Amino acid sequence: MIDIILGHYNYWIVILLMMMGFYTVISRSNLIKKIAGINIFQTSVFLLYISIGYVEDGTAPIIAEGYTTYSNPLPHVLILTAIVVGVATTALGLALVVRIKEAYGTIEEDEIHDQDMSL
Amino acid sequence: MIEQNLSLLLVVTPLLAAPVTAMLPNGRSPWLFTLIITWICLFLASWQLSLVMDGSIISYELGGWAPPWGIEYRIDPMNAFVALIVAGIAAITLPYALRSVEQEVPREQSSLFYAAFLLCLVGLLGIVQTGDVFNLFVFLEISSLSSYVLIAMGKKRRALTAAYQYLIMGTIGATFLLIGIGLVYAETGTLNMLDLHQRLQPILDHRTVHTGFAFIVVGIALKLALFPLHLWLPNAYTYSPSAISVFLAATATKVAVYIMLRMVFTVFSSAFVQLTPTNYIFLLLGIVGVVLASVSAIFQTDAKRLLAYSSIAQISYMVLGMGFASVLGLTATLVHVFNHALMKGALFMAVGAIVYRVGSSRLDEMNGLGRQMPWTFAAIFIGGLSLIGIPGTAGFISKWYLVLAAIEQQSWLITAIVLLGSLLAVIYMWKLVEIMFFCPQSNSIPDVKEAPVSFLIPMWILVIANIYFGINTELTVNIADTAVRLLGVTAP
Repeated sequence: MIDIILGHYNYWIVILLMMMGFYTVISRSNLIKKIAGINIFQTSVFLLYISIGYVEDGTAPIIAEGYTTYSNPLPHVLILTAIVVGVATTALGLALVVRIKEAYGTIEEDEIHDQDMSL
Repeated sequence: MIEQNLSLLLVVTPLLAAPVTAMLPNGRSPWLFTLIITWICLFLASWQLSLVMDGSIISYELGGWAPPWGIEYRIDPMNAFVALIVAGIAAITLPYALRSVEQEVPREQSSLFYAAFLLCLVGLLGIVQTGDVFNLFVFLEISSLSSYVLIAMGKKRRALTAAYQYLIMGTIGATFLLIGIGLVYAETGTLNMLDLHQRLQPILDHRTVHTGFAFIVVGIALKLALFPLHLWLPNAYTYSPSAISVFLAATATKVAVYIMLRMVFTVFSSAFVQLTPTNYIFLLLGIVGVVLASVSAIFQTDAKRLLAYSSIAQISYMVLGMGFASVLGLTATLVHVFNHALMKGALFMAVGAIVYRVGSSRLDEMNGLGRQMPWTFAAIFIGGLSLIGIPGTAGFISKWYLVLAAIEQQSWLITAIVLLGSLLAVIYMWKLVEIMFFCPQSNSIPDVKEAPVSFLIPMWILVIANIYFGINTELTVNIADTAVRLLGVTAP
């Protein structure tokens, strides 16, 4: 039992972060907080991939004397790409928030909704 | 030389063209350049389809790395068919886009607008061409990010909130897909679709595989706007610039349908679908989607929004076809992907023409417009007939196959639902026709001219295609049938 909890602690952190991020996206009405939530959500997936690539006693995958086990580099590479995607999403999301602020004068979702409905 | 690298060129050409477009001076030159690129893509896509139409397969190794280590582009009739739809719609949207975009997008943003359009095209074509699941995720994000930008360029400020809402939901969907891919990778250690298929077969009962599958399906369903994950779609289609409504409505969700087919049937397998309640979930969501979206469409007061809800209903038909998991059902899905692109393309173009002349797509400002814009009205009328599924139009063919698939499995309920959906389509399309033709003209806008020729020609090419593919079904049905048989569907 303890082994399940401690042996997989990185996966527990992944799940915790994932739920935190996801909950923030759903529950917050502030548009910037939503973006922050999405960021946490994505980061948890990065951690998940990196955990998958872990090999016990493995070192960085560079051929050197005295080392025979290497951790799997492929998930790392994949996650580099996913990080870039995440950065682009965040940048675009924040840019949209700036434009929304200019157009509506607020970044609270319910106030924006009220303004749209009153038209 | 070109023929050997055909499948890659189809993706690389618009990819290289996008930054060039962004650097061109604003005005008409970016449009002209994009037009040429999309026509080249259409040419390449038709060439590619002609090579694989007989059921042969093109395997292209990127950078000379043999699969499953390197990324592989694996083209079978299904890829080539969907690629042709995407490239074809892009090529036909562009002539339409010129004046519509000039009116709706500020001149100083025109080169960036067309660059984003090309990036969106890259993403959609890349998704279709690739045989690697992670590569698919990256292309999905390329197409999504650029479509958020394109939607946000709409004239009204609600375009911004629509784009934001789509960004949030789209990112959640893509991240779900990423989680799913990660879990499946952890189980198999490969990302190549074909290799994944082989390695997954012995371990289909593992819980990690099931979890990964669930994440993948939910992620794609968000992109697909499958009921009840469709909330982003109506706003995104309503407030984006007209040309973008046409392009996204006709391609983006279709490509998502393709991803779903590829993931569920190529990567997992139809055996897995039988093993899990996947097909029942598809059928259930499809049924509810058809009914609810069609009913919502009836109550809309904005023509673009009405068409957007009708899109959700049509997507639900495609999902119904997937739910049957039979040769006939999937053929219906693929044929409907093609036919729906034709009809929604034509309808959104017609509504876009009205927006160009009247400045709004609200129904109460369209009273009596049918007499002033007879060609546009006729396009809506014929497009509507196709949407309903009247014999002689393309829409009939896909509905026919869907009904055949339902009868084959003796699910009378679904047969009834398909017919009910058509009846509801009669109601909402009739609403449009009634307002445009039978209501007296409103006095506020005294003189509305027919849409310019650059609107009418692409619109009518699609309308005529709707009739042509309703009479000559050989091309669409044969390709779809070959493609589905290659998916390895075994169930009746």
